[in-house]
Amino acid sequence: MKKVLAIALALMLVLCSAAMAETVKIGVFEPASGDSGAGGKQEMLGMQYANKETPTVEIGGATYDVELVYADNGSDTTKAPSAANSLVDAGVSVVLGSYGSGVSIAGSDIFKNANIPAIGVTCTNPQVTAGNSHYFRVCFLDPFQGTVLANYASKELGATVAYTLGELGNDYDQGLCTYFKQAFEALGGTVMHEDFPTGTADFNSYLTNAAGIGAQVFFCPVSIAYSTQIVQQAASQGATFPILGGDTLDSNVVSNAAKGTNVNVVVTTFYQEGANADFDNGFKAWLAEDGEALTNNGGNDIIAGVTAMGYDAYYVALEALKAAGSTDSAAVMAALPAVTYDGVSGHIEFDDTGDAVRTTAYVKTVNNETGDWEFLTEQTVD
Amino acid sequence: MWNTIFPYLLTGISVGGQYALIAIGYTMVYGILRLINFAHGDVFMVAGIVMVYMAASGLPLWLCLPLVLIVTALVGFLIERVAYKPLRNAPRMSAMISAIGVSYTLQNLVLYITGGLNQLYPTIPWISDSVTIFGATTKMVTVVTPVLTILLVVALVLLINHTKIGMAMRAVSRDFETSQLMGIKINSVISMTFVIGTFLAGVASILYFTNYTTVIQTSGAMPGLKAFVAAVFGGIGSIPGAVVGAFIIGIAENIIKGLDIILFKLGVIAAPIGLATFSDAFTFALLIVILAVKPTGLFGEKTTDKV
Amino acid sequence: MSNNIARKKIDSATIISAVIVLCIYVAAFVAEQFIAPTSMLFTVLKKGATYALVAVSMNLLNGFTGIFSLGQAGFMLIGAYVYGIFTVPVAERINVYQYYNGGLVQFVLPWFVAMALSGLVAAFFAFLIGMPVLRLKSDYLAIASLGFAEIIRAVMQWDKLGPITNGSNMLRLFPSFNDFNIRAADGHVVVYLSTLVPLLIAGVCIGVIILLINSTFGRALKAIRDDEIAAEAMGIRLASHKRLAFCISSFFAGVGGAMLAMYQTTVQAKGFTTAMTYEILLIVVIGGIGSVTGSCISSFLFVAASEWWLRFLDQKQMIGSFEVPLLRNGFRLVVLRRRGPNERERTSP
Repeated sequence: MKKVLAIALALMLVLCSAAMAETVKIGVFEPASGDSGAGGKQEMLGMQYANKETPTVEIGGATYDVELVYADNGSDTTKAPSAANSLVDAGVSVVLGSYGSGVSIAGSDIFKNANIPAIGVTCTNPQVTAGNSHYFRVCFLDPFQGTVLANYASKELGATVAYTLGELGNDYDQGLCTYFKQAFEALGGTVMHEDFPTGTADFNSYLTNAAGIGAQVFFCPVSIAYSTQIVQQAASQGATFPILGGDTLDSNVVSNAAKGTNVNVVVTTFYQEGANADFDNGFKAWLAEDGEALTNNGGNDIIAGVTAMGYDAYYVALEALKAAGSTDSAAVMAALPAVTYDGVSGHIEFDDTGDAVRTTAYVKTVNNETGDWEFLTEQTVD
Repeated sequence: MWNTIFPYLLTGISVGGQYALIAIGYTMVYGILRLINFAHGDVFMVAGIVMVYMAASGLPLWLCLPLVLIVTALVGFLIERVAYKPLRNAPRMSAMISAIGVSYTLQNLVLYITGGLNQLYPTIPWISDSVTIFGATTKMVTVVTPVLTILLVVALVLLINHTKIGMAMRAVSRDFETSQLMGIKINSVISMTFVIGTFLAGVASILYFTNYTTVIQTSGAMPGLKAFVAAVFGGIGSIPGAVVGAFIIGIAENIIKGLDIILFKLGVIAAPIGLATFSDAFTFALLIVILAVKPTGLFGEKTTDKV
Repeated sequence: MSNNIARKKIDSATIISAVIVLCIYVAAFVAEQFIAPTSMLFTVLKKGATYALVAVSMNLLNGFTGIFSLGQAGFMLIGAYVYGIFTVPVAERINVYQYYNGGLVQFVLPWFVAMALSGLVAAFFAFLIGMPVLRLKSDYLAIASLGFAEIIRAVMQWDKLGPITNGSNMLRLFPSFNDFNIRAADGHVVVYLSTLVPLLIAGVCIGVIILLINSTFGRALKAIRDDEIAAEAMGIRLASHKRLAFCISSFFAGVGGAMLAMYQTTVQAKGFTTAMTYEILLIVVIGGIGSVTGSCISSFLFVAASEWWLRFLDQKQMIGSFEVPLLRNGFRLVVLRRRGPNERERTSP
């Protein structure tokens, strides 16, 4: 009898989860397709795993089921507004995302008008939160990341000439390249910047350009789709300069591309595997039993920085819901600035603009033999 | 100077060879049906995806390669039968819209199958190896491509000039109705044209994706358009024209990407001015210039076609 | 006599459609006051109105003049950028043009002036582009106009134009549809107009196009479509008519681009791809080439289907396979329907 009841209950949950009063909805505003699709999916994995681990939350004394509502913004700023609107329409209390700063900015106004707070997970461009009272974020910012990388390039690698490459119309790339350039030039280096049009597959000439100016580092904080191409083409050209990237490159898709080559890939990221054994093991166990999740993680169980961030963002959202004591988005918004949380990626609290206060970035490099990420150093900026 | 430009030339020739193989498909179909087969670039992409899935299914590579070519040719054949044959007597615009529809369908189908994620192309031994020529290091495929392209084109020209089917193709492209009256099986000639065109696109996809190792549903769009421009540039309907046009476009595109550096080194400009932005746009500018100045292209036949 | 009857019929048809349109406006207005403004319904109406205008403007060329142009996204891009450039509030420019010290343009135009300017600039570019392109025949024209859209996109993204266009970066913070809502002093919305106004703008523009189509000019265009040589023999000047049609179509595409900017709240050249032109072409074809009503209805249906009704399929990535057969059927139907007796045979090589 109990079994039947349980099954019936489960069925009811599935069938009328939308109509259930005891459900709180969290919007997942992430790209599942397009150039950033791979990264978006890894970020979502963190949220999905967190949701699996903690599927309920106590709000105002009642237990609510947490439902993740997805909207694919297709890595495209023209699709982002309607994707955002579909979340608003679904009645979410708080939004997580997105991977990629451009789509976050494009969806921002929709959330603002609906009075729904959004927690940016890995959108690092300052413009995402600047002047937006409703946008928060749990990651560090591009000026910080750009400075860290410039410091690393200049001090650790001893580079004086850098080549930066970004995608046209990608706010993340453009922002990070600009901040890198500022910091690197302040350290006495010279920088040449170039852009490539969306959809480019042939990076040989850009690599030749970099070699042509005698670049000692090749800085390309681009989407995973492009960075894998760049790494492989650099390998076949026998490029001697290291390839530097931001948090987007911290993905096993990129490390796989560098496996078996001589290309030195160095990235800054949010999380370093091994920092939290419970999370690492739990996540890997989940990947081992869920084939689809494993595919979305690029086919192996190396943990990407964005996954850890997605995981933390989910818990920050839960903390905010608890603090708000209500599923009303306005209450969540009011509660969010004061939320603090100790996540797997470190301590999270928000400053006045809604940015997480972060002073540490991890620098990682690819082991060309095994295709694993190896921890290099922890960088802080004073 | 030479050392500066040579790597760009090398990349350009390689890309040009791959464009050439795609462009032949355009130019042959256009020569016979007067139809811009907008879906051709997407067939090229589908060939890449088929390869990815075949290799992932565990088939040995030596089996995958011919299979991919066969499947691609089959796809081309089917597209013609399903989407273009019913419209043979329809206005040209309808056929073109149908072609755009096929392109849209293929892209969405692949989006559905792959989930919009980049697929890593399998590594084909030997042509993926690195090789150094004149001080520039590149993949073997870069060197193989132009040679293979020329060989295939020679074979194709021989086929068209010296076989029965080739003669039928020439006849159909010269005068559709009359050749029909003369007893040429129009449908099989057209099918053959599509099969040859897509087969070459399949070869191009193997070369192209060995070089640029990821496939996504939009991978075919830009190479497809550029190959079409190459076909127009060389004179649509002319196979040698398409090949020359493709090499010119491939080289020009890569020179543009490096133009900042080249000009900088020559002392023409003091600071980079971001010309690489125009690497794609340049192809289209070239198209418009050639259409305005010499609408028949470099090697195009003069026609009295006034439609 | 029979002529009279026909005219009367048209008159009553006009009245009926006017009443229907009016009802739609009233319904939209009422709905807006009572349904939560975040409903997807309004998204669909706003974007649908925008696409309807662009689709009708494309239809003016493809359906009524017989010029197969694929440059719509390029003209929309121009429109959207002109609107964005001239309406970003001066105080916000330092944030928007963050890499260009606030940019060169340091004044703002009222939204309707900027919107009209969007159309005019797009029309001006159409005039320039038309000179080489319009001389070309059907498919060459298609590919050349498509090429122009790509060139425009690259130019807009050029770093050196950054002080004006913000390079490849986003333009944002300009007035959007939501600014049409009438607010009380405390910021509380009193009357919602954010859906009605775009519908009205699109309605007025489409109305103008309909008037044009039914004028002498419009009949001349149809004559060109049906038979260029015969039309020329009847004394219609081909070149100037085609050019004017091209400019008018681009004007409205530009206005449509400005509307799209308002809908999206941000503008970026990256999004105005060939795929966008194809989308609009699909709408035109589904609605029926040469049918204004068809274009309008199909654009709302298309937007509703892709943004709203089929979004639930997203999670399983079904949107491709489900949507496409649906679209393809419409495609084939229309394509086949076009083989009417009036259509002249144009396939002969």
